[in-house]
Amino acid sequence: MTWSATARGAQQPDNTAFTQQRLPAWQPLLSASIALPLFFCAGLAFIGLGLGLYYTSNSIKELEYDYTGSLDTGNCSACAEADQDGAPPPNCSCALNFSLPEFFQGPVYFYYELSNFYQNNRRYSVSCDNAQLSGFPSALRQPVNDCAPYQYGAAGLPIAPCGAIANSLFNDSFSLWHELPPSGPYVEVPLDRTGIAWWTDNHVKFRNPPLVNGSLALAFSGTAAPPSWPRPVYELSPDPNNTGFVNQDFVVWMRTAALPTFRKLYARIRQGNYSAGLPRGNYSVHVTYNYPVRAFHGRKLVVFSSISWMGGKNPFLGIAYLVVGSLCILTGFVMLVVYIRYQDQDDEDDSDD
Amino acid sequence: RKEKKYIDQCWKDVTVGDFIRLSCNEVIPADMVLLFSTDPDGICHIETSGLDGESNLKQRQVVRGYAEQDSEVDPEKFSSRIECESPNNDLNRFRGFLEHSNKERVGLSKENLLLRGCTIRNTEAVVGIVVYAGHETKAMLNNSGPRYKRSKLERRANTDVLWCVLLLIIMCLTGALGHGIWLSRYENIHFFNIPEPDGRTISPVLAGFYMFWTMIILLQVLIPISLYVSIEIVKLGQIYFIQSDVDFYSEKMDSTVQCRALNITEDLGQIQYLFSDKTGTLTENKMVFRRCSVAGFDYCHEENAKRLESYQEAVSEDEDFIDTLNGSLSSTAKPRSHSCRTVHNGPLGRNHLAGSSSAPGSGEGASEVPHSRQAAFSSPIETDVVPDTRLLNKFSKIMPQLFTPLDETIQNPRLEILYIIDFFIALAICNTVVVSAPNQPRQKIRLSSLSGIPIKSLEEIRNLFQRLSVRRSSSPSLASGKEPSAGVPNAFVRTLSLFSRVKLASPVEKEISQMSESPLGSSNSTCHADIEKQSGDAGFANGKVESRPGQPLVSNLCYEAESPDEAALVYAARAYQCTLQSRTPEQIMVDFAALGPLTFQLLHILPFDSVRKRMSVVVRHPLSNQVVVYTKGADSVIMELLSVASPEGASLEKQQVIIREKTQKHLDDYAKRGLRTLCIAKKVMSDTEYAEWLRNHFLAETSIDNREELLLESAMRLENKLTLLGATGIEDRLQEGVPESIEALHKAGIKIWMLTGDKQETAVNIAYACKLLEPDDKLFILNTQSKDACDILMNTILKELKKKNQASPEQTLLNGGSLQPPVPQDTGLRAGLIITGKTLEFALQESLQRQFLELTSWCQAVVCCRATPLQKSEVVKLVRSHLRVMTLAIGDGANDVSMIQVADIGIGVSGQEGMQAVMASDFAISQFKHLSKLLLVHGHWCYTRLSNMILYFFYKNVAYVNLLFWYQFFCGFSGTSMTDYWVLIFFNLLFTSAPPIIYGVLEKDVSADTLMQLPELYRSGQKSEAYLPLTFWITLLDAFYQSLVCFFVPYFTYQGSDIDIFAFGNPLNTAALFIILLHLVIESKSLTWIHMLVIVGSILSYFFFALAFGAMCVTCNPPSNPYRIMQEHMLDPVFYLVCILTTCIALLPRFIFRVLQGSLFPSLILRAKHFDRLTPEERTEALKKWRGSGKMNQVTSKYADRSAVKSGRKPMSGPSAVFAMKSVSSCAVQQGNLSVCETALDLCYSKSKVSKIA
Repeated sequence: MTWSATARGAQQPDNTAFTQQRLPAWQPLLSASIALPLFFCAGLAFIGLGLGLYYTSNSIKELEYDYTGSLDTGNCSACAEADQDGAPPPNCSCALNFSLPEFFQGPVYFYYELSNFYQNNRRYSVSCDNAQLSGFPSALRQPVNDCAPYQYGAAGLPIAPCGAIANSLFNDSFSLWHELPPSGPYVEVPLDRTGIAWWTDNHVKFRNPPLVNGSLALAFSGTAAPPSWPRPVYELSPDPNNTGFVNQDFVVWMRTAALPTFRKLYARIRQGNYSAGLPRGNYSVHVTYNYPVRAFHGRKLVVFSSISWMGGKNPFLGIAYLVVGSLCILTGFVMLVVYIRYQDQDDEDDSDD
Repeated sequence: RKEKKYIDQCWKDVTVGDFIRLSCNEVIPADMVLLFSTDPDGICHIETSGLDGESNLKQRQVVRGYAEQDSEVDPEKFSSRIECESPNNDLNRFRGFLEHSNKERVGLSKENLLLRGCTIRNTEAVVGIVVYAGHETKAMLNNSGPRYKRSKLERRANTDVLWCVLLLIIMCLTGALGHGIWLSRYENIHFFNIPEPDGRTISPVLAGFYMFWTMIILLQVLIPISLYVSIEIVKLGQIYFIQSDVDFYSEKMDSTVQCRALNITEDLGQIQYLFSDKTGTLTENKMVFRRCSVAGFDYCHEENAKRLESYQEAVSEDEDFIDTLNGSLSSTAKPRSHSCRTVHNGPLGRNHLAGSSSAPGSGEGASEVPHSRQAAFSSPIETDVVPDTRLLNKFSKIMPQLFTPLDETIQNPRLEILYIIDFFIALAICNTVVVSAPNQPRQKIRLSSLSGIPIKSLEEIRNLFQRLSVRRSSSPSLASGKEPSAGVPNAFVRTLSLFSRVKLASPVEKEISQMSESPLGSSNSTCHADIEKQSGDAGFANGKVESRPGQPLVSNLCYEAESPDEAALVYAARAYQCTLQSRTPEQIMVDFAALGPLTFQLLHILPFDSVRKRMSVVVRHPLSNQVVVYTKGADSVIMELLSVASPEGASLEKQQVIIREKTQKHLDDYAKRGLRTLCIAKKVMSDTEYAEWLRNHFLAETSIDNREELLLESAMRLENKLTLLGATGIEDRLQEGVPESIEALHKAGIKIWMLTGDKQETAVNIAYACKLLEPDDKLFILNTQSKDACDILMNTILKELKKKNQASPEQTLLNGGSLQPPVPQDTGLRAGLIITGKTLEFALQESLQRQFLELTSWCQAVVCCRATPLQKSEVVKLVRSHLRVMTLAIGDGANDVSMIQVADIGIGVSGQEGMQAVMASDFAISQFKHLSKLLLVHGHWCYTRLSNMILYFFYKNVAYVNLLFWYQFFCGFSGTSMTDYWVLIFFNLLFTSAPPIIYGVLEKDVSADTLMQLPELYRSGQKSEAYLPLTFWITLLDAFYQSLVCFFVPYFTYQGSDIDIFAFGNPLNTAALFIILLHLVIESKSLTWIHMLVIVGSILSYFFFALAFGAMCVTCNPPSNPYRIMQEHMLDPVFYLVCILTTCIALLPRFIFRVLQGSLFPSLILRAKHFDRLTPEERTEALKKWRGSGKMNQVTSKYADRSAVKSGRKPMSGPSAVFAMKSVSSCAVQQGNLSVCETALDLCYSKSKVSKIA
């Protein structure tokens, strides 16, 4: 027994599976035979998904109308070309007419789309003050430097809301009119302008500063409106719950778009007779044309879209799934060929060797 | 010091001028001049292994003038002044003088200097005064700082990091340019070109310039700074695993592998050239007396050989027991194994059992083996020599005849007997061995009976000793050297009786030796009986010996010698009852079993030096009272010095010639067997001759000018006209497992060079023994005396080699040849090159370097003998710098240090020769055999792991950063990041940092067993297959592709929607995380629960962070806006669909490639990996098949063969292949009989080889 005790020296390493690197391991040996079922399964699953997505996407209706100008869909070109500087004349309004040949299944979402508008431009997208928008009075008085040059107004008053994003707030407004009896008078389609922003944005992230004497205007006293705004922020909407920083249009705009061509939700059509969708007939969109896009070769569109579980119309995802699924199946077949020929070969080798 | 006592102090507090008193076995803390030694002769023994690696003892002398003092130096009274040269790093030089208060100067030399780092041995206590301390000590000055080594892989990675920098700059320039152009289109649009606070707008050019730097900040992650941190962590992990590998544990030394360099583990996997020291590295540096030739008769000591084998068996048996029974031996197995092992030990126990307890109780028997193995100085394998029965017979036969008058009736057998006696006397006394008992200073033994008496002076000692010897000689059976006549009659009777008994005993012994051949078959009882018989026999034979008073000491005696050879010889002599008992400067006492102690008066010692290659002792023979010179030296030298004309007459002369011829034959035979040979010769001088020589010698010694030359001449005068007594063959035993390791390393494509200081014959023999050279190798020996001759010879050899190798044109040029996946059997030629130190000198010269390297590149093995340490390092340097290969040097001694430091990897063997090599090394192992696992397994693993991890890191960074880059095309190159900065930071820092590290530490492409069994797999590392420049670019391409997919799938999905910047970034990020982690899963060859844990943990931490960030961060981190994004997305099916699709598309190509690679063109490693899944039986089968295919060169031509087989179903690889395939298939039929299979396979290989040669 003595030797067994002395045999283990102080220096001897532990003989465990971990230290000796003998941990049980899953050793994937990638070969055709293993990958074969994988490819077929994945391919079938992808094709299934792809078909589902494709049909869902196809069932979504989408209508786009460019109202930038120079198109024959309406008389907005007059507004667009009114000013060579790129800025439309004040209070220019125009109309955009279209007709629905068939019922447009609701709920219908009303978007405006801007193209070639770089909201993701870094110097643009950083130019806002989250603290100010959250209603902190100190930030209201002293916006962050990121907002420069829209930090302080000409009179030295702090701008609320400060920054380039807020300054460039989209300020076209739309109303939708339906020619109720064919060739009859137009009836305004009720647009639900609430609930277009994220609930959390509207209720948590964006807060008005504390009211002074029950008045929002007083709370904003001592601040200036952004230079290009015609009215101060507390007059964005007559609805007291939808004005100031919590104005939904404003909140939507402040969520800067990821890509230069983007949509933003304008309204939802889900009230009255139109809750199920838009009946067929002629429609007219009345636009107050304020927002200048010609200067940067941008375009403005109005978009009507129905919506499904996968959001708006998006054929790409479905097609991509279908393509990848087919590719997988194809590879699967290649693998099958490889497997058959080389498995054969291996067997031969085995018997030959 | 005030109390006149020495006080304990730390080394750091030692200053110049301090007096230091050291006891035995203490390490010297500073360079000091020796002032006092308890040794009566004023000698202090030190062991310098800490400095130069030599484990032998060196003598240091007390400063003249102090040696005669009777008591310890009193520091208070020390009034002399020491003047010495300024500190330098020359270990072998010290000059200075000591000036006494009376202006008398005494010279100081290195003989008086105790160097820091040495250890006091065999001296009770010494006192010295410090002359150099701290960093001024010679040991410290010799310590050049470590060379900073950077691994090849890291150098490779560094260039690729530079490529990444270039890529970054290109990307940033693109960004800058793009931004400038973009901005120039919208220069006056305040939406985009937001004015400065003062209202001015920036010009596009300036904005572009700014953008360049913005982009650098944004995309800097592309340069994998974290890679370096990760590499270090991974290396630490790898080193942890190397050090905890239980296979590197050496029980004998209780040590395991030491990784002293932390940053070159992966180089272990890329070694192409291995430079090995011989002594102590390949061999054990334990000299074992194997054979001797006396008077022309060869005594081959078969029993000794058997013992050595059985010793090994016993050891392995021991290990088996530890392994299988783990301490809890079953009671039935225990006694049997023990008793049988004792039988194994029987022959070897014959000698030392006699002295110690000889009762082989089962418990004691078990503990005896490990105990004796742990003996303080040398293992039993070295100390125990089993006498050759034939020689022992003769030896014992002749003992009595010593006492018949020597000069009368000399006949041939008598002469032989005389030779034998002289031979052993020479073995016992012609050396500088120090006798001691283990762990005790010398004095204690010598004065054991007188320990109470204080030693006053040398004179007194001498008196004491004389008294002692007188007392001994008065005991009845003793013949003292002083009074030979008195002892003779008594001893004669005694020895005669002993003689008869020994003769009787010898048949019994033979029986035992037969028994020992088949011990396992014998049953318990017979084992015991044998042992008793044998021990009885031993006791019987040595009965007289034991009864004598002084004798019990014998078994305790330890010999400490300057070279292990000497000790081996003394032990050998002891085996023949010719025991060196004690040794003083004046006398040597040798204890003959038959005669008792004989005291030789030591007249003179001519110590060994490398010029003369011999040493001599001059003694007065106690029996004949003649002056006898015993000389021991290298065979080549001694043979030249033998007397041509013998005074004894013609017949004797003739006989001498015959003996010489025979001995020469034996010597050649020994050398062939790899034994170290020494010749023993003697010369009888008359007193007058001696007196004359002594006078001349004294003149030489005292002369001041060219003393060395005169001394040499004087030695030449003494050592001539010698009579050859015999020769010895000492085996420098190969370390365990060396041939197997060398073979494996050879197979792994590593070129092995052996660089040794030994002579050519020994080196070549060791090379054969360790399979460095194969018997059918063609040997080229470069041994020339001039540079031109060397040149010509190399040219001829080259031509010859080229001619022969024309058959295999794929072996083209210099290193091309070595890097091919060669199938050595196919080339038909294996060449070995032997080069001697002298020729090496020429070859290393500038003009011949290329030629030499070209020549060596053709050779499988190169042996450099007689190489100096400097040459060793020069060779390594040459190969390393000119061939641009990875070199590894392994050595154990101080002479290997320079070589170890120069090589890419230096490995020290912590063995016999001290720690010098280990200190200089990057890795220290305890045995050479561990090298194969260190390289083949850990080297391979470390290399593949680290290179894969580095590639993965590049991939990861490029893939992720490019997402940002692609986004720049859609945000006007404005440097917007669609990801929150925190996520951006944490992505590399937290979410994807741990998996690559785990991958780098734990990845295991092939199991250790397979790697050991298939050394060929190592070649992939040599060729840097895992990390070629091409691999890097392919990885980058893949990264680009994956990032493109990862960006554009979400892009097209969300194009034209109302998605905002950070919501767009979220699926990108998530998909990227999955892609990056799953990419790792695809690349991993083995996944343990740790991998899983880390990967799942990374994903969870990402989601946790994103959710928490989305929930908490309302206004934090201003420009970004992560609020609620993850929450929204988690509820959105499109998010999942996008992530799945992106991940799949991104990983599909690599996955398909890996799958196709796995089934269509698997690399060797992939093929080897299949073995890991097989059951052990299948495994052996598969391995055999693998080797078969390898030998038939099917590894490389497999695909050609396959297609050939497929197309025509006709194997096209020639008739040999057909034959081989047939025979293999026939083997497969008879699966039951593996050995038959093997032989059949071997047969077919040899046949195929033959057919190819033909």
